[in-house]
Amino acid sequence: MLQDKDRIFTNLYGHHDWRLAGARARGDWDNTKAILDRGPEGIIDEMKKSGLRGRGGAGFPTGMKWSFMPKKSDGRPSYLVVNADEGEPGTCKDRDMMRHDPHKLIEGCLVAGFAMRAVAAYIYIRGEFYREAEHLEYAIAEAYQAGLIGKNACGSGYDFDVYVHRGAGAYICGEETALIESLEGKKGQPRLKPPFPANVGVWGCPTTVNNVESIAVAPTILRRGGDWFAGIGRPNNTGTKVFCISGHVNKPCNVEEEMGIPLKELIEKHAGGVIGGWDNLLAIIPGGSSVPLLPKSICDDVLMDFDSLRAVRSGLGTAAVIVMNKDTDLVRAIARLSKFYMHESCGQCTPCREGTGWMWRVMERMAVGRAEKREIDMLLEVTYQIEGHTICALGDAAAWPIQGLFRHFRPEVERRIDAYHGAAAQAAE
Amino acid sequence: MSHRPIAGPDAQPAHFAFSAENLEKANTHIAKYPAGKQASAVMPLLDLAQRQEGWLTQAAVRVIGDMLQMPYIRVWEVATFYTMYNLAPAGEHRVQVCTTTPCWLRGSDKIVSACKKTLGIGLGDVTADGKFGLTEVECLGACVNAPMVQINDDFYEDLTEESMTAILEALQRGESPKPGPQTGRTSSEPLGGLTSLTTLDAGAGDD
Repeated sequence: MLQDKDRIFTNLYGHHDWRLAGARARGDWDNTKAILDRGPEGIIDEMKKSGLRGRGGAGFPTGMKWSFMPKKSDGRPSYLVVNADEGEPGTCKDRDMMRHDPHKLIEGCLVAGFAMRAVAAYIYIRGEFYREAEHLEYAIAEAYQAGLIGKNACGSGYDFDVYVHRGAGAYICGEETALIESLEGKKGQPRLKPPFPANVGVWGCPTTVNNVESIAVAPTILRRGGDWFAGIGRPNNTGTKVFCISGHVNKPCNVEEEMGIPLKELIEKHAGGVIGGWDNLLAIIPGGSSVPLLPKSICDDVLMDFDSLRAVRSGLGTAAVIVMNKDTDLVRAIARLSKFYMHESCGQCTPCREGTGWMWRVMERMAVGRAEKREIDMLLEVTYQIEGHTICALGDAAAWPIQGLFRHFRPEVERRIDAYHGAAAQAAE
Repeated sequence: MSHRPIAGPDAQPAHFAFSAENLEKANTHIAKYPAGKQASAVMPLLDLAQRQEGWLTQAAVRVIGDMLQMPYIRVWEVATFYTMYNLAPAGEHRVQVCTTTPCWLRGSDKIVSACKKTLGIGLGDVTADGKFGLTEVECLGACVNAPMVQINDDFYEDLTEESMTAILEALQRGESPKPGPQTGRTSSEPLGGLTSLTTLDAGAGDD
């Protein structure tokens, strides 16, 4: 179990001062110049050594991502964009970092931006997080006033600006190219890749988009060393991670833990256990709404990291653990997610625009059993037709929860269909 | 894709102008972006206009298009794409109930019915006096504090039918109920005692 001395977000719950004085007392902005003095290569090497994988869901190695940015400008400036458009159902970790530890993110912007030779960072925060944006704006103003960012940031001779850009209610803007479009003042519709943002990003300039958590942990990694971070967790799945535990647990909460902690231990130690006890568990969505659910038999001993969850055909995603006990109408729970994806489809690609609504309508019928059994395979076939056939991964994200449901709970849906037809036949007699 | 009500031509005011204070804020937003990329400020400007008028009028869309040198249709595309822009009057207190799965598992259906009962309106409606609007929204990102609603800029979390009703009744009386969790906790920590960050110096920084 992770000890407090190895926790990065020591004000995760906001029980202490989130402003500059409090942040400084917790070790933020402590001789940041010394970090910058290591130079871009030194910083990127240390990040690579830490093994940090992106905390936004895809798990791409952060140090490697930073190294894709141009070392020498062709005349275009480079930008860092922080993805704070947290909207994956089940996920609420970036919110806590921004409202309770905003200086970790701002300092992270400086060191990451410096390592990528960026001139500025834009923090794209979801519009609904109005109070969180207020904290960020306040903290940024404090940092400018203290000379930590802006001209000659931290006395390093490097000029770096940090701005907040508020979204306005579109889940799709959490997709990096949709976010870039939105930042340019357009509808948030994803772009085809290539070109990748590191070559052509916001305003046609080299851009790297990183999740809040990936950026906010960087200063601590650079202070304590990549080896320290790599020593936590398991190989290829290193470090600490903020988990969000929601649904049918006695004490829903956010908590920073070691990567690879057993799912059962995570829930029992921090979230007060499943309502009705572990044996009352039905299924868990381990990484936010987009990843397939896991039945209790897998939850019993699975570890919470990228590779362990991939091995059971799910994913760590954003590490948002949605717990469902035996009182749950599981088909309805997944049907509600289908409605979410229908609502959030940007409308650009036909398979997603039309398919998400079609899947939701069929799922609603399945929830009450008003369907034919052959329609189950038809529904699955449609999920495969959507998956991989759209510009961005929202189509995949809409398909996977349904695939996960039928992979593990097909008999339950068949039972409902039988019950519905049985009742209908009885009524006809 | 989502669809929202759009006020008809009769309900659209003919003119819009930013107040002096908001014009200054608008210029601050425009200055955040590189020269020539002023279109990036369209979202903050639409938000400012909405805050000033209570909802986003087509006159405001035209004014913002002129300010940012954007064709009106480009501004309108943005206004219609993002769900936080209210294209028709949406009520002084906009009650937005999250009903996505994590909130639904914790009883958001009961929160919806408490709102309907207390306000006497259905989802998507605005009360006759224009004081309250009620909508169902998708995940608002406070899932460990479910069920929750957003009322204007504030989140009300860890709700029950009783606390939801009490919040709405307080607003009806013209009071300002306290946002955040409605139970004994302050944010996202486990209720009833910390399981991490318990050592004294871990979260230091109060002095």
